[in-house]
Amino acid sequence: MKLPTRMKGSGPDRHPGESSPGTGGSRLPPQLTQAWNTIPEPFRGWLLPLGFVALAFLYPQYQESLPGAFPGVGTAVIMIVFTMMAVGLNIVVGYAGLLDLGYVAFYATGAYTAGWFASLQFEQVSFHLGSVGISQDAVGIHLSVWLILLIAGSLTALAGILIGLPTLRLRGDYLAIVTLGFGEIIPQVVRNGDNIFGFDLTHGTFGISPIDSPGFGETGAAIGLPESFQQSFEREQWFYWTAVALLLFTLFCSIRLRDSRLGRAWIAIREDETAAAAMGIPLMRTKTWAYAIGAFFGGVAGAYYATFKSGAFPSDFFFNISIFLLCMVILGGMGSVWGVVLGGLILSYLDQEGLAKLGNSFSEVIGKQIDVPKYNFGVYGLIIVLMMLFRPTGLIPERRRKKELAEGVHDETFYDEAA
Amino acid sequence: MSSAPAAAPDLLLDAASVRKEFGGLVASNDVDFRIERGSIVSLIGPNGAGKTTFFNMLTGVYTPTSGSIVFDGIDITGKPPHAITKLGIGRTFQNIRLFPQMTAVENVLVGMHARLHGGIFGSIVRTPRVRKEEREARERARELLRYSGLKSRHGEYASSLPYGDQRRLEVARALATEPKLLLLDEPTAGMNPQETVAFIDFVSRLRDERALTILLIEHDMKVVMGVSERVTVLEYGEKIAEGTPHDVQSDDRVIEAYLGKGATTH
Repeated sequence: MKLPTRMKGSGPDRHPGESSPGTGGSRLPPQLTQAWNTIPEPFRGWLLPLGFVALAFLYPQYQESLPGAFPGVGTAVIMIVFTMMAVGLNIVVGYAGLLDLGYVAFYATGAYTAGWFASLQFEQVSFHLGSVGISQDAVGIHLSVWLILLIAGSLTALAGILIGLPTLRLRGDYLAIVTLGFGEIIPQVVRNGDNIFGFDLTHGTFGISPIDSPGFGETGAAIGLPESFQQSFEREQWFYWTAVALLLFTLFCSIRLRDSRLGRAWIAIREDETAAAAMGIPLMRTKTWAYAIGAFFGGVAGAYYATFKSGAFPSDFFFNISIFLLCMVILGGMGSVWGVVLGGLILSYLDQEGLAKLGNSFSEVIGKQIDVPKYNFGVYGLIIVLMMLFRPTGLIPERRRKKELAEGVHDETFYDEAA
Repeated sequence: MSSAPAAAPDLLLDAASVRKEFGGLVASNDVDFRIERGSIVSLIGPNGAGKTTFFNMLTGVYTPTSGSIVFDGIDITGKPPHAITKLGIGRTFQNIRLFPQMTAVENVLVGMHARLHGGIFGSIVRTPRVRKEEREARERARELLRYSGLKSRHGEYASSLPYGDQRRLEVARALATEPKLLLLDEPTAGMNPQETVAFIDFVSRLRDERALTILLIEHDMKVVMGVSERVTVLEYGEKIAEGTPHDVQSDDRVIEAYLGKGATTH
């Protein structure tokens, strides 16, 4: 008697969940299905993302008519900035599989770059280049914030390379510990950097404040754009729209890189370092690129956040931020760009507003005042534990990871690293 | 040695007194090993003879304690694995090491890494050059998969392929590195006799059609006898015999190594 040896296998190499909404539309009213079919084929795939983008950009317009649980526009800016950092961290942790517990260092580098190049910090000099909303005879370096975002990204990427060179030779736990160390060192340097041989680099615990605002200057004002965001009546809106644009840019780069030669090399390293090296992938260089690119976005986000708050303070860069960002990545799904966006938005919302609002309604229900935000890390810990128990691959799993966690991985160390 | 032969052999690989010590254990004891261009040679020996250690030194996973390895005129002793791969040594692993959560095509594309040029900027912008390179690489990957005997299922994850296909995929991935020398580490392990015969056939085809030089590691003597031109036998890290399969087969020390002392007296 012969038994079929394989039940599945010859199926098409499409992945579940990729079927177009048009085919599964039996439950939709026929008019809708018909409307869907009138859209030309190449545009269908763009429809959903475009819809999301439009919704995101219009958020300040309809935010006030939403229920009170929705975040304010100012909060949304912070949420997006943190999400951007999480997407950057995802390149390091999710794609390349390098556990980085010191990502806050990149955030700090970005924020202080903004501080250096757009504030009164260096009063020895007076240099202006495209700065807005500040008098032309103010001391200090004042570059255009748009330029600073680029500089901050590049400087932070450089910092990523410098940190990466000595640490990326390590594997797994060792790498995590060393990055943890760097994550602690940078805030300490910042805190004590007010007297480096008599030179005030970071203004110590006071931080650098105020930091110039982004804006479009007089030329922009002529066509109705705000000259300076901070002085605009629609301050939060403009910061919000710019943040969305920056996040979109981050997502675009992140997805394009994932699907490139470099992205494949990262995933190969994550899967099996030894085999990756044997296939001609230079481990150090490829990992360093992951670090540098992840750092780039952390730096841009940090610099942007600093201009939004108009300040960079050492108390912002605690170790717990690194863990918080890592939680976003894990909650969303390591390696999954959209998952990380979702995870980032959820956790940063809870952190900024959600827990307080939740706490208030909770307190009303039980008739006793409980300060829920005080227990924030307990709540995040609980979320992560529950995730690990019930959905270890994250909210929106990367399709690869889904299998990996179901089947387990083998990766014995193989190099004679001691030699 | 005595007078030089009429024509010096065209050596692709020349390893001279290669030694590897792990603490007190000598895993490779001053082994001399040469491979002529275009040949199929085998490295055999009982379990634990140091075959894989030797392999790992050729591919840069281990750095020899002493000795030198020259590949195609370039000294590769102590070079990192990726550099050696780029110079033209491709390999497979004894216990299959595919990228399990990448598709078959992606696995092969990773093998092409050193031969492609797409950089960061080009990948983000997707310049026409990068697009073209990617498209051609994918085409070539599918070709290689078909050539290696994977007729379909190119889009499936490596981990969900049956064992035999995983072996084939590993060869396809190694071929994608465009090697001059292909190292196969116990490629027939776990195969049944028919599969083994088919695979050995594939190996000689590879050499003929792709102008490759092939080094096989085996501990099963029968496998290598049909296909290899020269056989080197290792035992306890030392080379105990070398020559044509026929010579090696009748060598007393080899028989001893495989069958134990006393086997030769009968």
